[in-house]
Amino acid sequence: MATLQDAPPISFPHRHLLGIDQLSPFDIDALLDLADGFVEINRRTEKKLATLRGRTQINLFFEASTRTQSSFELAGKRLGADVMNMSVGSSSVKKGETLLDTAMTLHAMHPDIIVVRHQSAGAVELLARKVGCSVVNAGDGAHEHPTQALLDALTIRRHKGRLQGLTVAICGDILHSRVARSNIGLLNAVGARVRVVAPSTLLPAAIDRLGVEVHGDIRSGIKDADVVMMLRLQRERMHGAFVPSVREYFHYYGLDAAKLTLAKPDALVMHPGPMNRGVEIASDVADGPQSVIREQVEMGVAVRMAVLEALASNLPNA
Amino acid sequence: MPTDQKPTWGSPERFERERVRPIGFHNVRLIDPANGRDETGGLLIDEGKIADVGPHLTADAFPEGAEVIDGGGNVLAPGLVDMQVFTGEPGYEHRETIASASRAAAAGGVTTMICMPDTNPVIHDVAMVDYVQRLARDTAIVRLAPMGALTRDLAGNEMTEIGLMSEAGAVAFTNGRKAITNAQTMRRALTYARDFDALIVHHAEDPDLVGEGVMHEGETATRLGLKGIPAEAETVMLSRDLKLVGLAGGRYHAAQLSTARALTTLRRAKERGLPVTAGVSINNLTLNENDIGTYRTFLKLSPPLRSEDDRMALVGALADGLIDVIVSSHDPQDVETKRHPFADSEDGAIGLETLLVAALRLHHSGDVPLIRLIDAMSTRPAAILGLESGSLEAGRPADLVFFDPDMPWIVNAEELSSLSKNTPFEDARMQGRVLRTIVAGRTVYDYGLH
Repeated sequence: MATLQDAPPISFPHRHLLGIDQLSPFDIDALLDLADGFVEINRRTEKKLATLRGRTQINLFFEASTRTQSSFELAGKRLGADVMNMSVGSSSVKKGETLLDTAMTLHAMHPDIIVVRHQSAGAVELLARKVGCSVVNAGDGAHEHPTQALLDALTIRRHKGRLQGLTVAICGDILHSRVARSNIGLLNAVGARVRVVAPSTLLPAAIDRLGVEVHGDIRSGIKDADVVMMLRLQRERMHGAFVPSVREYFHYYGLDAAKLTLAKPDALVMHPGPMNRGVEIASDVADGPQSVIREQVEMGVAVRMAVLEALASNLPNA
Repeated sequence: MPTDQKPTWGSPERFERERVRPIGFHNVRLIDPANGRDETGGLLIDEGKIADVGPHLTADAFPEGAEVIDGGGNVLAPGLVDMQVFTGEPGYEHRETIASASRAAAAGGVTTMICMPDTNPVIHDVAMVDYVQRLARDTAIVRLAPMGALTRDLAGNEMTEIGLMSEAGAVAFTNGRKAITNAQTMRRALTYARDFDALIVHHAEDPDLVGEGVMHEGETATRLGLKGIPAEAETVMLSRDLKLVGLAGGRYHAAQLSTARALTTLRRAKERGLPVTAGVSINNLTLNENDIGTYRTFLKLSPPLRSEDDRMALVGALADGLIDVIVSSHDPQDVETKRHPFADSEDGAIGLETLLVAALRLHHSGDVPLIRLIDAMSTRPAAILGLESGSLEAGRPADLVFFDPDMPWIVNAEELSSLSKNTPFEDARMQGRVLRTIVAGRTVYDYGLH
């Protein structure tokens, strides 16, 4: 068994991780520090720890997501937990079983941690109120996706050495994006400057009240930015409903090499995945030297290990 | 508060064989908006009607055998007429029956429930109008009058038999929870209804602008990641309706307005002399979008709770009479429709039992005079619907509410009479309590203090 050397004893005063808005800047720092340690362990041959030995983690995904689910699965397993994946198609929910029925069923199995993704905002919070174990939000509707924001922050911090004072441009479908909301919350909490860039049809009402600068033009939006974060545009929103066509969207809002020169020369290019190449991001930029998109995936496992470990420290009999 | 207090309810009229004793109230604060009365005095009920009223009625002024009540200075007012009540009967009896709704009404001082046609089957023909009235006669302890569906199956296409249903007892016509989107259909309905002097009540909200929206559009919705409903969903539909009223001339009532901007539109129409009136839900008068907190589905309503600025504008419009009536918009929903994530839950909240006491918040805050509140919940709706009740004048039906405007209490959903417990006022502090409700001279609810 590997051991986690120099791991700071974490004091994490939360039973669940439901959103970034519940975290203080100290909580965020502590999680990122802890995750930094896990990055090193994940690069060793022997990766297995025993923090969660004997614990049961259930990944409950009402919305399919290969990467987030595998990331949580790997994180749990590397900490020694027994991990079970439950994919509940939204169709079977529509057939009558409510979210809370599912919650009650799971509750009876005595899990220690449930990781939940659901297509409706607030669903994870609702579930957390009805079960006795810790709950991690792996994305609820257009509300929050806290581990994504944490892994983005970890990626940025490891490259830039800090978060405070950086200018981060979040570009694309802000309206439907939980990634955007969680990132806005986290980056504001740690003192970064946040810009959002999108066509007006993809901006939620009163977004400026969340402490961001709003740009309709990607050129001004990413000018001198330290980080350019692109968001995925869902297919069903590409053709007429919110933007007229892929071609027009890419022309005005897609990130290509020419536009990227407006950002700082060492600006990071990020994307939460999965990417639509040629829609929101050009292939050469996605694979270019400034892209840290693959590294984000690696940080994802480390951050999720940190979150699971932090929550485990508050579990009964821990 | 005495510990032996226990409320009691009456039973439906047909089961009462004995002749009802006359009731004499004295030392009560009489509030009668119909003639501006707000004074201490007494009131005598006999043969189901108000026999006498005024300051001259003291303790010794009542006939032998009458039940004499010393009101202790509490308020006696005409019973409330609630213009928007959804019951679950027929079709959704597990949520609410007409009987259970009537018990909630009685406990809340509501003496006439105007029931919406959104039942299963829909109240869209003479047989159904007749059926619910018979059900009410047999099972309800307060009065019930149905609204008829304005279009067949509430589908918004074919007009229903407005004339025949009016004769059968439908007091108004509405498309219920759904707006009529086709302007031509609305125009014809208004035109046709005019010939029968029938009132059209409309949920003025454009469903396309509502789209997938589930709460007021703004910062709170954005933070919660919920889709918003713009104020224009209301103003666009209301403006269209009012223009059609100008064209067609029928009597029109906007069921529940929720935005400040709609009030400007309404004011202009009233100033032009159009035959329009408007209502507001007690929820939009006393709650705002922030009360949704962390996704409280009992506060998912249609129209949605709006901003505090909107709420204040509605309160102002209520005080100055621009808004005519307050409704409870009583809409029982249960576990299978409300225990879901916010966006997946049904709209609606119960409200019959808390209508009056929630409205008293506006009296205690000094925003709306008590007499105007009673006017908006009794006298005005009765007048708009052409009902006899809504006043304390001698000769009127003895439909009365007797209440303590100050008694403090905390709402416990489990103690409410509705079969469904989706109250937006769970655990809320209230000031004011219904002590007794009288329908046609019979006590149908007694709080049990005396």
